Amino acid sequence: MPEERELLDTGSSAKMLGNRIPMTAATEVAVLDMQSEAFDRDGDILKKKPFGFLFWFAIGFVGVVILSAVLANVLPLQNPNFQNYSAINQTASGAHWLGTDDLGRDLLSRLVFGARVSLIVGFAGVTIGLIFGGTAGLVSGYRGGRLDVGLNAISFIILAFPAIVAVIAIVTFWGASLVHITIILGIATIPLMYRVIRASSLAFAQRDFVIAAKTMGASDTRIVLREILPNVIPVTVTFSLITVAGLIVIEGTLAFLGLSVALPTPSWGNLINEGSSNNLLSINPYIMLWPALAMFLLLWSINLIGDRLRQRFDIREGLL
Amino acid sequence: MGKYLIRRFLQLVVVSFVISVLVFMLVHLLPGDPTTQILGANDTAANRAILLKQLGLNLPLWHQYTIWLNAAFHGNLGTSYLDHESVTHILATGAPVSIELILISQILAFAIAIPLALVVSRKPNRPVDNISTTTTFGLLALPPFVVAPILVAVFAVGLGWFPATGYIPFTQAPLTNIHEMILPSVAITAGSIAVYFRVLRSDLISTLQQDFITMARSKGLSNLRIMWRHAFRPSSFSLLAVAGINIGSLIAGTFVVELLFALPGIGFALVQAVEQRDYLVVQGISLVVAIAFVIIQFVIDFIFTIVDPRVVRE
Amino acid sequence: MARRQGRRSLEFKDVGTQQGPLLVVEDLHTSFRTGRGTVHAVDGVSFEVHEGKTLGIVGESGSGKTVLSRSIMGLLPPHDVIRSGTVHFAGHELTAMSDSELRQVWGAELSMIFQDPMTALNPVKRIGVQIAESLILHLDMDKKEAESTVIELLRSVGIPSPEQRVKWYPFQLSGGMRQRVMIAIALACAPRLVMADEPTTGLDVTVQAQILDLLADLQRERHMAVILVTHDLGVVASRADDIIVMYAGRIVERAPTRTLFHDTKMPYTRALMDSIPRLADPSGARLNAIAGRPPDLIHPPPGCRFAPRCPYAQDKCRESEPPLRTVGSADHLFACWFPLVDGQPTAPSVPVSLSATSANGPPATTDPLPTTEADA
Repeated sequence: MPEERELLDTGSSAKMLGNRIPMTAATEVAVLDMQSEAFDRDGDILKKKPFGFLFWFAIGFVGVVILSAVLANVLPLQNPNFQNYSAINQTASGAHWLGTDDLGRDLLSRLVFGARVSLIVGFAGVTIGLIFGGTAGLVSGYRGGRLDVGLNAISFIILAFPAIVAVIAIVTFWGASLVHITIILGIATIPLMYRVIRASSLAFAQRDFVIAAKTMGASDTRIVLREILPNVIPVTVTFSLITVAGLIVIEGTLAFLGLSVALPTPSWGNLINEGSSNNLLSINPYIMLWPALAMFLLLWSINLIGDRLRQRFDIREGLL
Repeated sequence: MGKYLIRRFLQLVVVSFVISVLVFMLVHLLPGDPTTQILGANDTAANRAILLKQLGLNLPLWHQYTIWLNAAFHGNLGTSYLDHESVTHILATGAPVSIELILISQILAFAIAIPLALVVSRKPNRPVDNISTTTTFGLLALPPFVVAPILVAVFAVGLGWFPATGYIPFTQAPLTNIHEMILPSVAITAGSIAVYFRVLRSDLISTLQQDFITMARSKGLSNLRIMWRHAFRPSSFSLLAVAGINIGSLIAGTFVVELLFALPGIGFALVQAVEQRDYLVVQGISLVVAIAFVIIQFVIDFIFTIVDPRVVRE
Repeated sequence: MARRQGRRSLEFKDVGTQQGPLLVVEDLHTSFRTGRGTVHAVDGVSFEVHEGKTLGIVGESGSGKTVLSRSIMGLLPPHDVIRSGTVHFAGHELTAMSDSELRQVWGAELSMIFQDPMTALNPVKRIGVQIAESLILHLDMDKKEAESTVIELLRSVGIPSPEQRVKWYPFQLSGGMRQRVMIAIALACAPRLVMADEPTTGLDVTVQAQILDLLADLQRERHMAVILVTHDLGVVASRADDIIVMYAGRIVERAPTRTLFHDTKMPYTRALMDSIPRLADPSGARLNAIAGRPPDLIHPPPGCRFAPRCPYAQDKCRESEPPLRTVGSADHLFACWFPLVDGQPTAPSVPVSLSATSANGPPATTDPLPTTEADA
């Protein structure tokens, strides 16, 4: 496996060479940050930022998005699909807080309902990855052996495949629906989770306190659950967040390409697509702008939360 | 080194093989008989029988696979049943466009990320550094499908500085071509800039703390020379490694901008094929892109082994 | 690749025509601002070096000797460093020079040999290139000239088959050879003064001797001054003309070599000498380690800084700091209230506890030196 290659003078990123964790740029950066050595002249160079204002703002924003998406049916929102031909392409007003699109549909409610797709795909997808990939990684990292080698090889093969192409191909032949997409992306996450959690589990499995537990007669299950799992959680949380952002981006890309949930059901990706024809951009750029802005803020918030959490947990175990 | 390369090459072969199997199997994800779907409107009993024979679908699966693979090796990936162009032709015409996009974008990314990182790494955590780091953090939240429409709205529709659509091959009219390619290239560059900047910055900071940098200073070398010739060199290898990995995330972006800007690249062809249910094209393109990606990774690995003198050779 | 760095604005007289000392250091202070407080690494150091002479600077790790050598050159990190005092070199005031002026001096007139050649050589550059850089920069050589000079340099430092080795990378060489390369780099432009910072630490004993001999030969040939910074008194014993002993950022004794060894005044110097294991000692004999640890440089103890670990410390030592003074010969300076006379202490000996360290220092753990018994 490529991991065996050592560089005498290791730059942090060079370690990644054997560990391709692609997906999106944000995922790459997050993984790099997780690996980087803390060059520390009394902590001067890599200052740790506390949970400041930005952090809570980000949490707030994500919270608002999630809540409004969940409670969309209950909130006093207009029908997102109702076309009101007397209110076409209006700018923000009292009746329509974000304006209307070219078919008279309320942009705010389309935005809120559209959030559902992104959030479901993101969180459910990561959950699938955690359940299957994470568990496998946890056990595999601890146990080692033939199973570990085999799973590692398989995950390496799967990760070698460029994700977007695979997803597009599968969606083509299987059909695009929220369920299908969630499952496909969830499965795509499995090898990622496997890799990351396995590395963490492996690192802890070699620590003294685990060996101590073994010598005291603890069963493997107990060790995994009691000793290793709690230690693996910080990495898992951080990486999961990053992956949620990654899935949201992929789904958004698919939606933009017209390969995700189809219109008229709104999703931020297809809303952006809808609003991006040259015609609409000149007449009513807001159709595109609101979901684009929302997407930016959501991604930025999630990345920020993940980044601060990572700094807080101080993950530098030579992870990958 | 030889041993390592052989091992990587074998991995390449295995991965390619698995990819080909998976891509081949895709068609069988379709509900019902593949022929029904493929024929679409031309679905008659007679046509189906012909197609069955033609596609060899009455043969055992592994046999079908070998036939398909064999054909692929000979450059025959099937024909688009719509316009009857061969898939190979579609790929050949689309490739230059997509590659040009990626090329321009990466050049831009390096041109921005490298100087910025060089400047910033000498004085970490000073204002310039903090601004840069925050900005690049923001860039990570701007995937192509978010940035591209905004760029079009502002620069094409709004200011009219760049065209929103249209494509002329570089060989025909280089300047116009570049003019058309700027917005789409910029749209896919955001993530790359962030990644390259981060990687280089952190690598340079740790390199600059090494003794040999102080030694270089003690020889009276100028700061510029030290940064460029002593500090950048070891760090550039990391950059190369990351660039290889980064290409994966570029593919998605390329598809997006090709669609939005109507550039006749591979992504555009793929998306069109999906919409029109041109299954053979989808299969063919997926296969080629996936394997090309894997080969590129291998080549970069190879270059790395040759170029970096620090790598332990077996 | 060949580029002159601006115009030479500094003039240096020819070697051998220098009147007065080559290097004059006056009251040099160097402190670092850290998260824990300000570390006073060099706390008032003054001395001179003459052309062609060798000065040895001896001290334990933490005595400030490495910081001193870098501070003299001006090779300090750009932030959080406070430096005061003056350094005059060959008629120019180094401490008042700008960076670009310093760069004309570094490598050309004043150069440094670093301690660890594995980390001090750029791992991704061939050794030939690393040597040639200074030649091209300071002596305006072109590539061909530089290459042949480099080969000659490699030969003169004793590297066999230099024509082939020129293209090698550092990791391909042994420790001793790497150190020779370092010497070649430092001497490439025939500087007047070379600072050798622990040039033999980490090398085999036999290789150590070879390297030091080499340095001495080259020094004689070129009439170079050398400052030899080391923790090992044995290294300077036969190579240095004068020796400075440092402790906690200050000079505690200075004398010509012979005088230092025959008429040691400072108990610390004596303790250093005693801690050198001798071949004549029976095997299994306990090493005479100096008990305790070097003091905390952020909050140095009042009085003599060595007092907590000195076997002859009296109350006076702990209360007031002894000044650097001479008695009799003007070239023997020491800072002690109760200096040794004819090798004998002039104060009663006092038990030194294992955990002796400065009064306000960080909590001490076990003695880092090999044995764990104090000389009571």
